[in-house]
Order: sequence, then structure tokens, then C-alpha cells
Amino acid sequence: MNLLEPLQYPFMQSALLLGSVVAALCAVLSCFVILKGWSLMGDAISHAVLPGIVLAYLAGWPLAVGAFLSGLLCSVATGFIKQNSRVKEDTVLGVVFTGLFAFGLVLHSRTQSELHLDHILFGHLLGIGPFFTLKVIGESPGAEYVWSLDLDFGSLGGQVILVGILVAALLLVLRRDLLLVCFDPNHARVLALPVKFLTYLLLALLVLAIVVSLQAVGIILVIAMLITPGCTAYLWTDRFDRMMVISVGTAVASTVLGILASYHLDGDSASCIVLAQSLAFAASFLFAPKHGWLASKRRAARNSAFPSAVS
Amino acid sequence: MPDFLTPFHYDYMLRAIWVSALVGGVCGFLSSFITLKGWSLMGDALSHAVVPGVALAHLLKLPFALGAFVAGLLASGAMALIKAKSRIREDASIGIVFTSFFALGLLLISLNPAGVDRKTIIFGNLLGIPDKEVWQLVIISAVTLLVVGLKWRDLMLFCFDPNQARTIGLRTGLLHLTLLTLLSATAVAALQTVGAILVVAMLITPGATAYLLTDRFGVMLWISAGLGVLTSVLGAYGSYFFNGATGGCIVTLQTLFFLAAFLFAPKHGLLSARRRARINLEAKIPS
Amino acid sequence: MSDSPNPPAPFLHLEVQQVSVVYSNGHHALRDATFALSGGTICALVGVNGSGKSTLFKSIMGFLRPSGGQVRINDQPVAAALKQHLVAYVPQAEEVDWQFPVSVWDVVMMGRYGAMNFLRIPRAADKAAVEESLRRVSMWDFRDRQIGELSGGQKKRVFLARALAQGGRIILLDEPFTGVDVKTEEAIIDLLRELRTAGCIMLVSTHNLGSVPEFCDQVVLLNRTVLASGPTADVFTEQNLTTAFGGVLRQFHFEHSTIQEHDGRTVRLLTDDERPLVFGKDGHLEYKDREGREDLVRQREEQGG
Repeated sequence: MNLLEPLQYPFMQSALLLGSVVAALCAVLSCFVILKGWSLMGDAISHAVLPGIVLAYLAGWPLAVGAFLSGLLCSVATGFIKQNSRVKEDTVLGVVFTGLFAFGLVLHSRTQSELHLDHILFGHLLGIGPFFTLKVIGESPGAEYVWSLDLDFGSLGGQVILVGILVAALLLVLRRDLLLVCFDPNHARVLALPVKFLTYLLLALLVLAIVVSLQAVGIILVIAMLITPGCTAYLWTDRFDRMMVISVGTAVASTVLGILASYHLDGDSASCIVLAQSLAFAASFLFAPKHGWLASKRRAARNSAFPSAVS
Repeated sequence: MPDFLTPFHYDYMLRAIWVSALVGGVCGFLSSFITLKGWSLMGDALSHAVVPGVALAHLLKLPFALGAFVAGLLASGAMALIKAKSRIREDASIGIVFTSFFALGLLLISLNPAGVDRKTIIFGNLLGIPDKEVWQLVIISAVTLLVVGLKWRDLMLFCFDPNQARTIGLRTGLLHLTLLTLLSATAVAALQTVGAILVVAMLITPGATAYLLTDRFGVMLWISAGLGVLTSVLGAYGSYFFNGATGGCIVTLQTLFFLAAFLFAPKHGLLSARRRARINLEAKIPS
Repeated sequence: MSDSPNPPAPFLHLEVQQVSVVYSNGHHALRDATFALSGGTICALVGVNGSGKSTLFKSIMGFLRPSGGQVRINDQPVAAALKQHLVAYVPQAEEVDWQFPVSVWDVVMMGRYGAMNFLRIPRAADKAAVEESLRRVSMWDFRDRQIGELSGGQKKRVFLARALAQGGRIILLDEPFTGVDVKTEEAIIDLLRELRTAGCIMLVSTHNLGSVPEFCDQVVLLNRTVLASGPTADVFTEQNLTTAFGGVLRQFHFEHSTIQEHDGRTVRLLTDDERPLVFGKDGHLEYKDREGREDLVRQREEQGG
């Protein structure tokens, strides 16, 4: 069996390209998410988009608009309730997102719609269909091909990629400001950075990333793509820029491997992508040179063996 | 519009109502501990993490509760390990572990289409629950109620001040494990009624609502259990009219109760806090 | 084990023998710490942040197993002492969830759990112990309040009452005077003195160097190990404190102050947590080294003038 056999099918090419772009976007964002401590927030928002999608469908709006609005509603409502009651933040978040998700389910059950709940929840990467063409536009004397990638922006896949690249670009341009906001918001405020604006911008980008990722991995597993690559990279380096590079690298590699594995196993593609990322994390957890378990074990052993050498 | 009494003419509806009342009550009791211990995220995580256990149990023809239980314990072990042995924050490590487990569960289900239905796990299947599983639910609930009934004071102290619990000689490790076990067990039970995604609501919303209504732990236990039973009964009944979206109905109701408490609770509600602030302000102005 | 909160027990002995603690990340928190205390003492535990105060507390409470040495209470290991409820702990204010739905009465009753039956249903003796403890700290009238509704000093007294109700003979107090008004501080000190007369051991970790000589008869100076321990008069000397605090402690010599000229006594100020602001005629005296700060000094004088 040829491992790379699936690459010849257009639907697999589409899945690989789309999956990689989404994974890279989420990976960049995951670095901010884990440093800001927004893991639960990401989980909550990804579930809370459901009623927005159903309502947008009923109203005939683009689904992404509805998803975006209800994702924002979740984070705003959580902030409001937390500020005005004595319930802890994580509990409030849990109450709000499950409430919104449940409301979405009830709404969906009352609509005779073509809206596939399955595709929203679990993603539909392999069914995305071809949305780009690769053409050889010229042949140089050295027999090197020059390829051109034509994206069809009328299709869903093309739009996802367009939005994804825009969000990623914005994140990269603003990464230093955003990093400061995550690390030390008070200092950022003293420097006269628009902290509130940047925080909400990060939140909006998070919601946007979740919305574009829904197609690839679905509501339920998108949170993995928003946490795991960042954590993996966090174990390898102490530099933020390097962390982003490693994060994107592992995320894209896991996505490609996951999609190939899902083809050969005939299993759910989103699950395979997430499991590939988990394996990368598990390996880093054990073997990362400085922050890995084995490394710190070795360090501890050395310290207790020569206790007098330390002081 | 169907007659309001029609649901009661069907045996399967009656059964769904009493089963969901039982599970709702048990989850309600537990939710007081979960919210006060700050384990909301843990509840969310465990309810997803039990899925591969359920899938494997179906594959091996074992009781689903057993599989779920083992998976839940493995997941919490993995979370504790990552938290203790690396610099990843607790919430992120919980996120990594539960999504991994959940993805494994979905993969197992997709590899074995003849086994358990994906929809059943995600949304629950209260209306079509087989007898065998009703028995497992009853056993889980009975055991949980027994343990909570006997040891609620110890668990309360463990949530409030684990250090004190240890110095007076309580075995906090055991209490921690007990609460975790109860949490996985009820997560499995609630999986049947509302599905994996909404389990966490059953495990925190009644507790959070009760927390806004009282300053006494004993009272809080009863309010949250009562809310769990009430919303579950109403939700199961209502799901007859909502295409069987039982979980959606139950949890939507619970959220509405929470919002009502958030606004109107006599002491800790938004309106009474605003009123107090106004009175304080007015009292200060003349003097 | 008797039920009364302070059973007569003539023999009470706490020994910390060469305790070393290494955390799993390789951090050596405590090395060869050794000291011993006998019943009827208030002992201050003094050291900078990270000097191992809380690690020492945790070892005495049995929360962590020392990698070397041992803690013995009445010639038993800690675990056995915990079973007799000998050790009580008064937590720092920040460690407590003040919104927890329990009343003052409930919290103090929790001190009795160790002595209660399997179901923790309070008997008359438990209720009596709780009432007595609450009256002793003058918090009986507040018994039905939710704990978050108390002032800082009242909160402290409630947790002290819990230690009393528990009948603990070795009472560990973690920073008992932070966020507490002077009146409450005096009340707590009075109570500690009473307990000392009753033969208890109180180990008080504190930042408040000024009040140590006032109520502590013994001091343990800590910096990753025990630097000195013994009677306050012997241990609480300027030299020892300087060693314990290294450069962290601020020291002011008022070489030519009015006070000195007045009565001839030497004035020294030792403080470890906050920098005291000492005003003189021309601005802040603490700017001993004014080179490079001329602008600032001038500005202040202009503002002041």
C-alpha cells in the first residue's frame, strides 16, 4: 500500500491544504491562548457558536456571521455575570456556554433544516470538495516546473483560506503588542497601549479562528487545535517567536499525518488530526530537552546526589 | 398542538421522566461540591474523557459504566501527571488531555460503525434507553447518594480547607479520589440523559444557582438537588414536543433558572446588589 | 483522647531533626533544619520569603515527607500525632475561600470533625467545645454570620477558635497579624499567652519583626536552614537578623539625629517588608545617596516650598 496514494485525489488535496491552513492559524493563536490562560474560554466559545449558526441559517445570513456574534455574546455575558455575582469565572463560563449550546440544540430540533448538525459538530474536512486548481504555467529550461495555485474564492474552502490568512497576518503583525497584553496588561496600559481594544481584538480573532476551523475539525475538537500545539512548543523553547514557529510546524505536520492516517484507517479525520497533535505533545512532555519530564528528573537526581554542591 | 397530557400515556416517556429525575437529583447534589471546589473545568473534562471508555466497553461487551470509569480515572491521572511534571498551566493540561481522550473515543466509534451510535454519546438517548442501562444508572445513583449522604461533611471540609482536613487526620487523598470517582460516575450517568457535551451543565449549573440563593452549605445541597430534579423532569417532559432534544431542553431550563437567580436572588442577585448600592449612596449623601 | 479542648497533658515536645526538603523540580527548600520546642512556649518563625517557612510548616503538618531527617512530636512520627489531633493550623487569610457558604459556627465545628463519629454528627460535647471556643475569642455573637461578612480580625479569631475547638496542642499560625487592627492583634496575643500558660506550643510565622520580642519567648531564624534558635533575648540580636536577612533587611543608622542628641540612645530601625518613609526637613531622608538625583531633590523642595 502506498502511503502517499491519497494525495492523487482532489478531495484529499483540498482537505490537506485547508486542514494545514486552519491548523497553522490555530497554532499561532494557541500560543496566545495558553499564555493568556484562555483555554477554557476557547472551549466555551467554540460550543457557544451553535445557536448563532442555527439562527443565521433561519434568517438567511452567512453562517459565519451568526457564529461570530453568538461566540462574542458568550464571552461578554460571562464577563458581565462574573463581575456582578460571586460565582467563580470558570463556573460562569461553563454555565453560559452549555446554556447557549443547549439552546442551539433546541432551536435546531425545531427547524426542518438542511443544516447538518454532524458537520458543525465533527467537521467535514473530506467533504469540502475541490476549491483550487494547481496548474503548470511554464517550464523552465532546467526542467523545474512553475506552479500556480488558483483559489476559487466563491467556494467555502477558498473563503476559509482567505479569512485564515488575514487573521494569521494580523496576529503576526500585532504579535508584540498582543504578547505584552497577555503577559502584563498593567504594564501595557502604562505604555498607553489600547489594552481593552487589544484584548477584545484577540478575543475577536479567537472567535474568527474558531468559526473558520469549524469546517475542518468541528465544534468539539477545535479547542484541541487551540491549546495543544502551543503547549507542545512551550515545552521546547523559552522564546515567544520560536514558540510560534514550533507551534505552527507541529500543528501542520500533525494535520498532514492525521489526514493521511484517517484515510488509511478509514477513521474520523478530525479525531486523527487531534490525536496526532496529542502524540506530539506526549513526546515533548517526555523528551523535551529542558522542560521535559526526563530532563527535569535527571536534574532533580543530580541535585539531590550532590546537595552540598548547590550552595 | 398536542395535548399536554399525551407524554404521560407512553411508558417510555414515564420511564425517561423518572430516570432523568434521578440522574438530575444526583448531579445536583454533586454540583454543590464541584462548584465550590472549583472543579467546573474538571467536570467538563471528565465528561468528555469517559467517551473512549464507553466506546471500548461497547466493543468488548462490558458494562459501559466500567469502561467509562476506567477512562475517567486514566484521564485524571494524566492531567495530574502533566500538571505536576511540566510547566503547562493546569487549565491547558486539562484541555489537552480531555480533547485527546475525546478524539480517541470518536475515532474508535468511527472505526466501528456497527457499535455505539455517535449521536447517542453526544446527545444522550434518554427516550430510547435500554433496560440494562437503566439498571446501571440506578446503581450509580444509589451508590453516589449513599456516599454523599454519609460523608458530605467530610467532603465539604475537603472543599473548604483541605489543609485543615489533613491536620485533623482526614485522609484527603482518599476524599479527593472519592470526589473524582463520584464525578466520573455521575458524568457517565448524565451522559445517558443529556449527552457528553452538556453533562458539565448538569454538574455545575444547579450548584451555581443554589450558591446565589443561600449562605448555608446544607441548604445549598438541597436547593441544587431540587433544581436538578425539577429541570430534568420538566426537560424530559418537554423533549416530547422538541423532537427528543432532551439534553437541550434540560440544560436550557437550568440556564434560565440560573439567570433568574442571577437577577433576582434576594441577597446575591444583581438587582438586590444594585438596590443596596443605591441605598448606601442615599444614606451617605445627607450625612 | 479526652473531649475537652485543652486536655491536661504535661508532656509536649516538638522536635525537628535535620529536616531536608527537595522538591521534585530539584529546588532545595530546606537543609538540615534542627530545633526543639517544649510545651508552654510562643515561638516566632522568622525569615525572608522563600526561606522555607511554609515548607517547615508543611513538614510539621505532615503534608510533605522530608527527603532527609524527621519531625517528631512527643517522640512519635507526625502521622501518629495527627491521629491524636495534636496539630492545629491557622491559615493565612489569602488561603481561604471567604465566599464559601458556611457560617462561623460551621467553621469552628469543622475543628471537631477528627474527634467525631463516622457520620460527623455533632454530639453535645462537640457543641459545648465549639461554644466555649467561640466565647473565648469573643465571637459567640457572630456564630450565624457567613464567614465572608466578618472583618479581618474577626476572621482570624474564628480560625483561632477552630484550632481551640480541635484541642490542638501545637498550633501553627501563618502570618496571623496581616490585615488585623491593633486591638485584635492585642487580643490574639493575650489569647496566645493564655494558651502558653496552658502548656501549648505556638509556632508563629511572621513578618512583623517589631512585635516579636513583645510576645514570643523563643525565636527560630530561618534561611533555607535554621540559622539560630532559642530564647528571644539570645537569638533576636541585630547580628543574627542581619545574617538571616542578608541584604533584604533595611537598616538605618541615624548617625546624627535629634533623638540621639536628646537622650543619648542609639536609634536603629530594622524592617524587612516595607520601606518605611522617614521624613526630615528637606524631603525624604531615605535618599541617602543623592548623586544623580539633584533634579528630583530640587523639584521636591520647590513643591514643598
